[in-house]
Amino acid sequence: MSNEKQVDPGRRGLLVATCAAGGVVGVSTGAALISTFQPSERAKAAGAPIEVDISDVAPGTMKVVEWRGKPVWILRRTPEMMASIPKNDEKVADPTSDKVYQLPMPEYAKNETRSRPEHKEILVVVGICSHLGCSPSSRFAAGSQPSLPDDWNGGFLCPCHGSTFDLAARVFKNKPAPANMDVPPYMFLADNKILIGKDEKGEA
Amino acid sequence: MAAFKETKLPADAPIAQKGLAWVDDRFPLTKLWNDQWGKYYAPKNFNIWYIFGSLAALVLVLQIVTGIFLTMHYKPDAALAFGSVEYIMREVPWGWLVRYMHSTGASAFFIIVYLHMTRGLLYGSYRKPRELIWLFGFAIFLCLMAEAFFGYLLPWGQMSYWGAQVIVNLFGAIPLIGPDLSLWIRGDYVVSDATLNRFFAFHVIAIPLVLLGLVAAHLIALHEVGSGNPDGVEVKENLGADGHPVDSIPSHPYYTVHDIFGVSVFLLIFSFVVFFTPEMGGYFLEYNNFLPADSMKTPPHIAPTWYFTPFYSVLRATTSDFLWVVILGLALYVVFVWLKGKIPFKAKAALAGISLLAIIGMMPGMLDAKFWGVVLFGSSVIILAFLPWLDHSPVKSIRYRPDWHKYVYLVFGISFVTLGYLGTQMPTPIFTMISQVCTFLYFSFFLLMPWWSTMGTFKPVPSRVTFHAH
Repeated sequence: MSNEKQVDPGRRGLLVATCAAGGVVGVSTGAALISTFQPSERAKAAGAPIEVDISDVAPGTMKVVEWRGKPVWILRRTPEMMASIPKNDEKVADPTSDKVYQLPMPEYAKNETRSRPEHKEILVVVGICSHLGCSPSSRFAAGSQPSLPDDWNGGFLCPCHGSTFDLAARVFKNKPAPANMDVPPYMFLADNKILIGKDEKGEA
Repeated sequence: MAAFKETKLPADAPIAQKGLAWVDDRFPLTKLWNDQWGKYYAPKNFNIWYIFGSLAALVLVLQIVTGIFLTMHYKPDAALAFGSVEYIMREVPWGWLVRYMHSTGASAFFIIVYLHMTRGLLYGSYRKPRELIWLFGFAIFLCLMAEAFFGYLLPWGQMSYWGAQVIVNLFGAIPLIGPDLSLWIRGDYVVSDATLNRFFAFHVIAIPLVLLGLVAAHLIALHEVGSGNPDGVEVKENLGADGHPVDSIPSHPYYTVHDIFGVSVFLLIFSFVVFFTPEMGGYFLEYNNFLPADSMKTPPHIAPTWYFTPFYSVLRATTSDFLWVVILGLALYVVFVWLKGKIPFKAKAALAGISLLAIIGMMPGMLDAKFWGVVLFGSSVIILAFLPWLDHSPVKSIRYRPDWHKYVYLVFGISFVTLGYLGTQMPTPIFTMISQVCTFLYFSFFLLMPWWSTMGTFKPVPSRVTFHAH
């Protein structure tokens, strides 16, 4: 007697259908497991916009607030600081913030000072280096100092891999960081009150 | 399959013998022991380099056992994690010892594994027919890196936190899907409780399960084809009257005793570190990790633990200026392979095509240096897997290679160690330059191996292993 048996097309069809159905269930279960990795509803809710009172931020000082667990810097720049920014235009990688950013770059911040035209001196940025996510330290004093070039006009230095940023949080050329720091969507509710994470166009 | 047959022993046989016979009839216990160790014949000319496999197994057990006891006190919760580690250190009886054994064990594991891999490199242990042993070993190395990375977040110190932040953001460099991918890995907009919890799950269950499976595969493959040896002689080609290789001895008792001696020496050194210098000057446990994680403040100097630093230096070395060197090197390599390579035309065309795409991607205005840094970082690890197919030397062991090959290995070794050292240091222009030179040497060593490994005058390989009875 031969071991080769006739394939029963009915049974074979059923077998294929069962495997296909089982496969769909298996893949869907896998997809459900993978989906559990996404931010939870609670994490998303914690990412809601925040209101910040900036009346206590004196010119030349900076306030750090937490938004989505990241430090957001609010820097009130002095006229001297503002004057230093155009001097860096030649030395920064992306003077008018035209590159692609992690957060969509708000239209009102696509300028030299990276701030809203009605409050030019207020800089609002996510204080996270675009290289690998460290938080740079302030180096507001101009002039030569350790780890910085001699023609330093004031700005920020990332302690991790040495990227430097100017007072508009624009990255200098040929540094590990590929892009300027992100500007979150923000709007002024009053002269000294800003909302971070939301602007006229909606939430981030 | 034969029908089941109960082994018949005399009625007065010892109870242990009867018990073993009963088990052996139902489960191949004696057979497993004999195949895997008891009657596993290994070459008799092993030198000190051959101790690290056994030591790695020992440290694996040590890590699993100490890890189990640590999880009994540790809390994988962003609000409690740091405190629970301090609780283990100060209040759990002997908790400090268990924790220091685990943290020192991590570094010891990498020291042992790096030495184990160096052995492979020196004596060609990955050469045919041992390619799969090498690949399983490589996968074990990847798992170990994952274990170390996930485990390092758990104490929830500043270095844990920012180290994880940096590594997770590496995935953000991938075009298009990058930012979403890092978000998915973290489960939050920043490294947070969600991240800690999932890293805990990976560290204590997911990766260890994979690791154990791979270790089993590594050993089964090894015991199938047989161990290599410092002479690179295939001992199985010279069998004695008993059917075993004349140059081999059974692992038990010979290598059992040998390895117990090695284990004793290792434990002496290990205990010294655990008791007297568990932080190892900031290399085994970084000082910044004794500060609780703070998402608002990056420590002034971020460095991964020492065992990652060689690869990390490759990442940092990749600046936009260095990409020109990479482009030039890649282009020259393609031309070289095209002229000198003995691979099929299709493979050459594929290499040229991929290289062309990469070169276009490296041009200014295309993908930025950050992305290529991640690519080179990944490649510097992955390239190890290709060793069995890159090495074309007619002899396995360095003993019978031309003398100048030893200098090639030396230059490679120095580059690797230098990269490792520079990865622990703050970047300065001169350090970046040195790490770029070392990165170049590192990749050249592997990519040019198919050619240089065949060049020179090789010494005759003896038919029997070199062995002098003690």
